[in-house]
Amino acid sequence: MSTLKSLSYRRPEIAGLAVALLLAFAFGSANARAADAPHLGKPVSEADIKAWNVTILPDGTGLPPGNGTAADGVKLFDTKGCSLCHGQAGKGGVANMLVGSPSLTAPGISANKTIANFWGQPTTLFDYIRRAMPWPTPRTLSDDEVYAICAYLFAENKLIPADEAMNAQTLPKVKMPNHDNFIIKFPNRI
Amino acid sequence: MRKRKASGAPPLEPVARNGLLHRRALLTGGVVFAGAMSTGAALNGAAAEPLKDPEWSLMPGEVTPVLQKPSRFEAGVVRILSNPKGEPRTQHARAPLQMLDGTLTPNPLHFTILHSGIPDIDPEQHRFVVHGMVKQPLEYTVDTLLRYPLVTRKHFVECGGNSAGMFSNEPVQATVQQLHGLVSCAEWTGVPLSTILDEAGVDRKAVWMIAEGADDLLVSRSVPLKKGYEDAMIALYQNGERLMPGNGYPMRLLLPGYEGNMNVKFLRRLMITDQPAMTFYETRNYSPLLPDGKAYRFYFVQEVKSFITKPSYGMSLKGPGYYEISGLAYSGSGTVTKVLVSADGGKTWGNAAVEGPATPKAFTRFRMSWRWDGQPVTLTSRAWDDSGAVQPLRADFVALRGVTKEPVKSPYAFPNQHYNSLTAWGVDSKGEIQHVYA
Repeated sequence: MSTLKSLSYRRPEIAGLAVALLLAFAFGSANARAADAPHLGKPVSEADIKAWNVTILPDGTGLPPGNGTAADGVKLFDTKGCSLCHGQAGKGGVANMLVGSPSLTAPGISANKTIANFWGQPTTLFDYIRRAMPWPTPRTLSDDEVYAICAYLFAENKLIPADEAMNAQTLPKVKMPNHDNFIIKFPNRI
Repeated sequence: MRKRKASGAPPLEPVARNGLLHRRALLTGGVVFAGAMSTGAALNGAAAEPLKDPEWSLMPGEVTPVLQKPSRFEAGVVRILSNPKGEPRTQHARAPLQMLDGTLTPNPLHFTILHSGIPDIDPEQHRFVVHGMVKQPLEYTVDTLLRYPLVTRKHFVECGGNSAGMFSNEPVQATVQQLHGLVSCAEWTGVPLSTILDEAGVDRKAVWMIAEGADDLLVSRSVPLKKGYEDAMIALYQNGERLMPGNGYPMRLLLPGYEGNMNVKFLRRLMITDQPAMTFYETRNYSPLLPDGKAYRFYFVQEVKSFITKPSYGMSLKGPGYYEISGLAYSGSGTVTKVLVSADGGKTWGNAAVEGPATPKAFTRFRMSWRWDGQPVTLTSRAWDDSGAVQPLRADFVALRGVTKEPVKSPYAFPNQHYNSLTAWGVDSKGEIQHVYA
């Protein structure tokens, strides 16, 4: 981080601090909090954080370059160990069922929530596989491999055609059947 | 004296059927029960053996350890693990709430849930960053945060799936620990999150913050920025000592009253955004399914709740006479103001003593004096908070949220989330206690 860059960030803060001090002097201590703040955080840039910034937003923000298809994904699902926990073809095992769309109402309120019957956003799948899978060696898949496994799981769930490639443009557009079935419990707290 | 609301206001003496007593009567000794007199006389008569010095009173004691452990006679007061062999799945450690009293959960007994083990984090190397829609992304170390003005607050943390066994269509026979052990209360000390947000300079268009931990799954949750300015904290201390590893050492996000999983442990990143990330945990696990197939999303609040810890399933009463009924009440939307206790399954209620000072979003201990006449009774409790929230009666709760179609076999299963209705204990004439629905 260059000194010049830090300075350009700090200048408005110094101006703001002067205003806060003036206000504090004029109106008592209520406005003095900003001036009292320790400011011990080290200024960094988004580039410095890039390796940690794995969040994918529902609009696709954060999706990396890359590409993958179900044909590759089906192989990776076995070779990367996904099937060990999620069962052959993602039918379920010690970990969640990923393929299939059982009824959400027939078994009552404890129905099995799957990608096809429950998940509201396609981006959640990429985000979670990339950050957390495969257990126990997370973040060892390439972005192409994550796209391929997503393509495989979407295709197996009949949410995309078997030959459609997943990438930063196509993945956020996958239509999730359960998208509109959520009720925000506490909207006034957002 | 607090003014009682007209609805459900119990008379002072007697407070309710089946032996519930007004506490003041006992504390002042103003009321004498014939039955109690005779029981007392019998007990005195039984103490015929003369008292002697036991062996521990005749020799020096043990060497003082640097770190104290409970008495060996308390060795059974431990957490229950859902996954004792550490298989590759989530590990839930439930707190033995029925064996504790007061309102603070000792750190070694505080509940924990870990989806992929406890990370072994070196506090010297741990980094926390705030970035996204801010004027200046900032990076903090544990040492820098420890230099900030710290605040101490007492708050409970509860898993959104706590008490999930209560969604069973038939009562699961299980202890308080097994049914409700995924909640604990501690005194947390840390940096108000608003201080950090102000330093980074949050964009006025921002609405959310995406919190992320340093565990191998990088557990991530979207939190309304509003909560960040309200009472959120980066917690560094738990009951006066640094956080337990399983509770998020060296730092965790503390969101008082909000679903446990949102209180991201091992906090390493806060990304400020204008939209939620719709992470796995918020859109799948903690989106409770409703009977019609729709689901709640962003069920932030752990709503007002209470349960009797003593007596409860797994204990038995040693004959008729005096007992104290005691339990925990808490609310993620405020301060507990009132707890009613019933000994007849909810037909009549008595006002329990709520130990003060009750504080917001924290455990409150309630107590009710009780003289059991040896007949079958059903004990239950119901709490109110200062936001106007009331713990829902079970019939009302079930009508809205539903129950399973098959009985739940294990108290460790999660058929659904966010249960805050009543818990009832049926005492039979032998003093044995069953979990019942009332």
